[in-house]
Amino acid sequence: MAQSPHSAYDEMIKGLWRDNPVFIQVLGMCPMLAVTNSAVNAIAMGLATLFVLVGSSFLVSSMRRLIPKQVRISVYIIIIATFVTVVDYILLAMVPAVHKELGAFIPLIVANCMILGRQEAFASKHTVKYAVMDALGMAGGFMIALFSLGAVREILGEGKLFGFDLFGPNFEPWVIMILPPGGFITLGLILLFFNWVTERKKRFLEQVAEAERSGA
Amino acid sequence: MHPQASATLEPGSIRLVASLAIAGFLAGIIIISVYLATLPTITANKARELREAVFKVLPGVTRMQPLHLEGELLVAGKGDEEHTIFGGYDKDGKFIGFAIPNAGPGFQDTISLLYGYDHREKKVVGMQILESRETPGLGDKIYKDPAFVANFDSLSVEPTIVTVKKGTRSKPNEVDAITGATISSKAVVRIINEANVRWQKLLPRPGAEPKLAQSEETAE
Repeated sequence: MAQSPHSAYDEMIKGLWRDNPVFIQVLGMCPMLAVTNSAVNAIAMGLATLFVLVGSSFLVSSMRRLIPKQVRISVYIIIIATFVTVVDYILLAMVPAVHKELGAFIPLIVANCMILGRQEAFASKHTVKYAVMDALGMAGGFMIALFSLGAVREILGEGKLFGFDLFGPNFEPWVIMILPPGGFITLGLILLFFNWVTERKKRFLEQVAEAERSGA
Repeated sequence: MHPQASATLEPGSIRLVASLAIAGFLAGIIIISVYLATLPTITANKARELREAVFKVLPGVTRMQPLHLEGELLVAGKGDEEHTIFGGYDKDGKFIGFAIPNAGPGFQDTISLLYGYDHREKKVVGMQILESRETPGLGDKIYKDPAFVANFDSLSVEPTIVTVKKGTRSKPNEVDAITGATISSKAVVRIINEANVRWQKLLPRPGAEPKLAQSEETAE
C-alpha cells in the first residue's frame, strides 16, 4: 500500500491552498455556482460537503482491502449517496430554513466530482488517518472557496453579509451578482486573482534562484 | 479485462455481486433508520410552520382548527390535503376567517401559499408563501418584499384580483406587480384566484361557520 511521503498535517494543508479543489483543480463547480448567492448558504453547503467527504473517505479507506477493484466506483457511490441522504434528512429535521434554501443541491452533492475524485485518487490508496486528514483539508478548501464567492456575491448583490446591512438604505444592490451570471463573473475574477498570485510567486522564486546562482 | 491483470487475483462474479449487494443492503438500513429517526421532527416542523402561517394570514386569530369538506358541507376535522382549509377564531371562539392553502406553477417551480380570507367582506386579509423556488433577487420578492406582501392585507376579490404595473394600484382588487418579476407576481395572484373560484361557493354563509371543536389548537 503506497504510503504518503508527507506528514498527515501536510495532507490537510494542501487542500486549503496548494491543491484547493475549486481554485486549482476547478472541481465541484455545480454547487459552487448554484448555492453561493449568500454567505450563510455557502457555509451550510460547505459543512454538508465536509460531513459527506470526511465520512466517505473514512469508510472507503478503512474498507479499501475489502472492496473488489472492479466494482469500486459503484461502492464509492453507494457510500457517498448514503451519507448525502443522511445529511438531507438531518438538515430537514434540524434546520428546515437552511434546507429550504439549499433545496435540490443537497441531493446533488452525490454528483460532486470532488468527493468521488478524493475516494479514487486518495482514500482508496492511503491509511485511514491520511484519508481523513486529506478529506478535512479538501473540504476546508472547498468551504473557503464557497465562502469567498458567497460573501462577495452577497455583499455586492444585496449589500449585506450574513443578513446584516452593510451600506445603509441608499445602496442599490447589483442584482446580477446573486443571479447565475454573477456566480460566473465572481468565480472568473477569483480564479484570475489566484493564478496571478501563483504566477508572481513562481517568478519570485525563479529570481531568488537566479540571484543565488549568480552569487555563487 | 486487461490481459495484464493478474488472473489469480481476479475475483469471481459472485464476489462482485455480493460486495455490491452487501453495500446496498447496509446503505438501505442506514437510510431507513435515519429516515425513521428524523420523521417525527420533520412532520412536527411542517405542522408548526403551517400553524404559524395561519396565525400570520389571519390578523387577530389565536385559535385555529382544520376544516374539511364532507360532500358539500364544511365540517371540523382534518380530511385529505386537497379538501382541507383552516378556520381561525379569536380567544372567545368567535369565527374570524378562513385560511386557504393552494399551489400552482410559478416561474421556476410550484409555488404553494396560504391566504387569509374574510368571507363576509369578500376580502383577502393576508398571504404567506409556504414553498417556492423563484429566482433569488427577483422572483423571491414575492415573500421577501414587504411592500408586495402588504398588497394582500386588504384585497377585494370582486370580481377577480388583477395585477397592475408597480405603483399604479388604484382599485381595491388590484395588486402592484414586482418590477422584474411579473411572472411570479401574476402566479401568486392566479393561485389565489383559482382557490377563490373553487372555495367561494363551498364556504358557508356568514354566521353559519363551523363551531370551534374541542380539539382546537392554541397559539403559543
